[in-house]
Amino acid sequence: MTVLDPKPLLEFRNINTHYGAVHILKDVDLAIYPGELVCLLGGNASGKSTTLKTLLGMVTPTTGEVVLDGEVVNDKPTSYRVERGITMVPENRRLFKRLSVKENLELGAYLRNDKDGIAEDLERIYGMFPRVKERLSQRAGTLSGGEQQMVAMGRALMSRPRVLLMDEPSMGLAPALVETNFELIQQIHKEGVAIFMVEQNANMALSIADRGWVLQTGKVVLDDTADALLQNQDLRAAYLGQA
Amino acid sequence: MTATAANTSDAMASAPGVRSATDVDWRRSANIGGILGITAVFIGLVGMAVGLDKRMLIDPVLSLGYLFVLAIPLIGGWIAAREITLEGMTAPIKGARDIVAGAVAGLVGGAVVAMFLVMLNAWDLQELLPNWSDALLDMYTFGQGVGVGIVLVLVVGLVLGAIGGAVHVIPAKPRRLLSIAVQWVISFAVLEAVIDDLLGGFGLQAVADVIYARRGGLLIIPGLIIGAIAAFVAHRFEGKGAELKTQYMELEPERKNQVSKQGLIIMVVLGIVLPIFLGKIVNELLSNVGLFILLALGLNVVIGRAGILDIGYVAFFAVGSYMMAFLTSPLAPWRESDGILSAVFGWLPVLNWFVALPIVVLTAAIVGVLIGTPVIRMRGDYLAIVTLGFGEIIRLLFLSDWLAPTFGGAQGIRSIPGVNLGFAEINGTDPRAVFYLVAIFVAIAIYVSSQLETSRLGRAWMAIREDESVAEAMGINTVTTKLFAFVVGAILASFSGAIFAAKVGSVFPNSFELLVSIIILVVVIVGGMGNIPGVMMGAVVLIGVLGGPSQPGLLQEFSEFKLLIYGALLVFMMLKKPEGLIPNAARNRELHQEEALQDAWLKGDKPGTTKDEVDDAGPAPSAADIDGSLGLGGATS
Ligand SMILES: Nc1ncnc2c1ncn2[C@@H]1O[C@H](COP(=O)(O)OP(=O)(O)O)[C@@H](O)[C@H]1O
Ligand SMILES: [Mg+2]
Repeated sequence: MTVLDPKPLLEFRNINTHYGAVHILKDVDLAIYPGELVCLLGGNASGKSTTLKTLLGMVTPTTGEVVLDGEVVNDKPTSYRVERGITMVPENRRLFKRLSVKENLELGAYLRNDKDGIAEDLERIYGMFPRVKERLSQRAGTLSGGEQQMVAMGRALMSRPRVLLMDEPSMGLAPALVETNFELIQQIHKEGVAIFMVEQNANMALSIADRGWVLQTGKVVLDDTADALLQNQDLRAAYLGQA
Repeated sequence: MTATAANTSDAMASAPGVRSATDVDWRRSANIGGILGITAVFIGLVGMAVGLDKRMLIDPVLSLGYLFVLAIPLIGGWIAAREITLEGMTAPIKGARDIVAGAVAGLVGGAVVAMFLVMLNAWDLQELLPNWSDALLDMYTFGQGVGVGIVLVLVVGLVLGAIGGAVHVIPAKPRRLLSIAVQWVISFAVLEAVIDDLLGGFGLQAVADVIYARRGGLLIIPGLIIGAIAAFVAHRFEGKGAELKTQYMELEPERKNQVSKQGLIIMVVLGIVLPIFLGKIVNELLSNVGLFILLALGLNVVIGRAGILDIGYVAFFAVGSYMMAFLTSPLAPWRESDGILSAVFGWLPVLNWFVALPIVVLTAAIVGVLIGTPVIRMRGDYLAIVTLGFGEIIRLLFLSDWLAPTFGGAQGIRSIPGVNLGFAEINGTDPRAVFYLVAIFVAIAIYVSSQLETSRLGRAWMAIREDESVAEAMGINTVTTKLFAFVVGAILASFSGAIFAAKVGSVFPNSFELLVSIIILVVVIVGGMGNIPGVMMGAVVLIGVLGGPSQPGLLQEFSEFKLLIYGALLVFMMLKKPEGLIPNAARNRELHQEEALQDAWLKGDKPGTTKDEVDDAGPAPSAADIDGSLGLGGATS
């Protein structure tokens, strides 16, 4: 387990989020520390994606505080948060399908102006995913599922994030690819990037995570270390498919 | 379909697809024939056939009206005999079957028209259908009366349908030469006004007099000669174009740049020199085309680049025109009224066009922000409808009694001076000068658009167009980025408006109707959305040839049917070439994705192919990929 920095990188303080009149997140408290790998579990429509969007500023909470590096960023736009090191790999990867792989990667670095740094990071990503390098001018929508996942991660890494939000990264991937995908996530994590991962595949997610939360209809119902969660009988019954 | 798959052809090479003349899909041919007949009747009943019969193309045998009518069985026969061969199949060998298929379609079409002629002869429905006339009967029976006429219609349908089908049978090379010859002859006939004008300008009026009949129309012998020359030239220089292209492609990047630059210089020189030899009509046409290129380039930024479907774009054209009129006309209503405007700004002198231009542009930009701010927060159909609303609101404001003391209401603003250069004044009486002025602004617009395309802003537009939510997640400020597109579009439209005001000398609200927005949109779509040369080509073809909303084009005869043709062209393009005349690479990829998938499927379907190849050609999109329901849909509060 990673030794935790005493100061959280990203925090929810008593967050409530609504879509119109529908109350989604209810009094949620979260904290993500630099360099750790944490996961958020929960059934369908429990508010996992909403949590990520609220962290990134694409959805504004009704009450509570989103705190980034000790600063309350509730009224700061997404671009502000991306600049300060949060990035998301959206659900289903959502590449810019008609643009080339290269253009996708470059758009990941949209807010950066350091040409040299960008070139350096491109090389780093090619090193990480040699397959991506072979397909730079190919239209992203024509890549296979696994390749799309690589480009999506590469695109996210192009902003040099300190924390990477991943929304169900293994969804829609062929079973054989799911494991490779988790290995990639661990690899990124090893480079010092904190990872906050939403997953349905609770077993696998917990096996690589430090800590986890469980969300149920917008409420945090469990919050523990990954090992403890793996042992938790209730959770096993609900999500891990074992009695 | 009796085609054989390509990869099995080794084994089956001994079975080429020769078929008997009766191996025709009768039902399909008959269906096509029915559609042909109805099309011919339709063209007659909307008045196109008779209306366009007055314009001679080839004197004295072929009028524009007959060209339309007779082209129907020709094209229909061609379609009836056409077979779709998907990649991976060998096309069946062409032969008698194709001629029969075409002939059947032509004959059925002829029968439909024949029935129509019987009705036309028997009843009088002119009150219901204004074009239900003896003139139509006369035309469709080739002036021979109903009895003989019906036989003629059937024969002509049969023969032309068969010829249409036979086009498939002719070997590729003669077919190409023939098609080039026909294209040239028809172009010479259709473009008579320009060619006559051009020849006159070069002092070759005598040549024009030889080629064209006095009452209009290409003469037969010169027509044949032109066709022969075209075919000969095409034959002599066959493949030269492609050769030059590959040569160009193989050049070093630096050399390539140099060649492009030389090409550009030649174009510029031509653009400067050619109008000197052109007469009033063609220069007028060119300046109208230029005004619409400006508008289309502006709308292209908004819709083609940023993906904002603005169907009220004419608003900015109106603001540009009215602002210019407001500032430069000595008789602007606000100067004469005793409202606060004249009290406060009465000291303001009548401005020179160039002095007024920055104010006009600034105003348009501000209006762009004002309209854009509420609009860009919406998506899809809502956005389109709201832009439509704003377009109309702007026009109605200019029309309103409320603002009549400022903008003149229905009377508009008159006495707008031309563009004063000090030594001369550019106004509508000198279309050549107007053309030069427009050309300068078009050049600016091209430069700005192409710079923007590759800029950071351009990339942000591209990302937003592809996927707005993800673009936002990348840190792109979608609101200001889209607003910028709106403002750039507004500024380019205001250029056009400013020149338009000085050109026509007076502006009225009804010059800025919804139709103008729609026509600009059609220009952008038909030309090739998101692509500068495409959009320009669209303006040349539509505005230049067919004419603008109130500007006559090259084919003035068409003005009555302009909107019909615009509509037909739009439908045709959407079905057959949705990427436009000159497509934008990325958009092309999107629109033909399904075909690529189909190809991939076929590839995978044929025996001996591994699954991998299918993957390489592109995976079928999963349902989740398509609807993005799991996505980032931005809701707030
Ligand atoms: N843009 C939206 N507008 C309204 N309701 C939404 C929106 N996005 C999500 N919801 C609703 O909010 C609830 C939580 O959604 P989400 O956070 O996507 O769940 P999860 O990711 O856990 O499956 C669901 O009931 C969903 O229907
Ligand atoms: Mg979700």
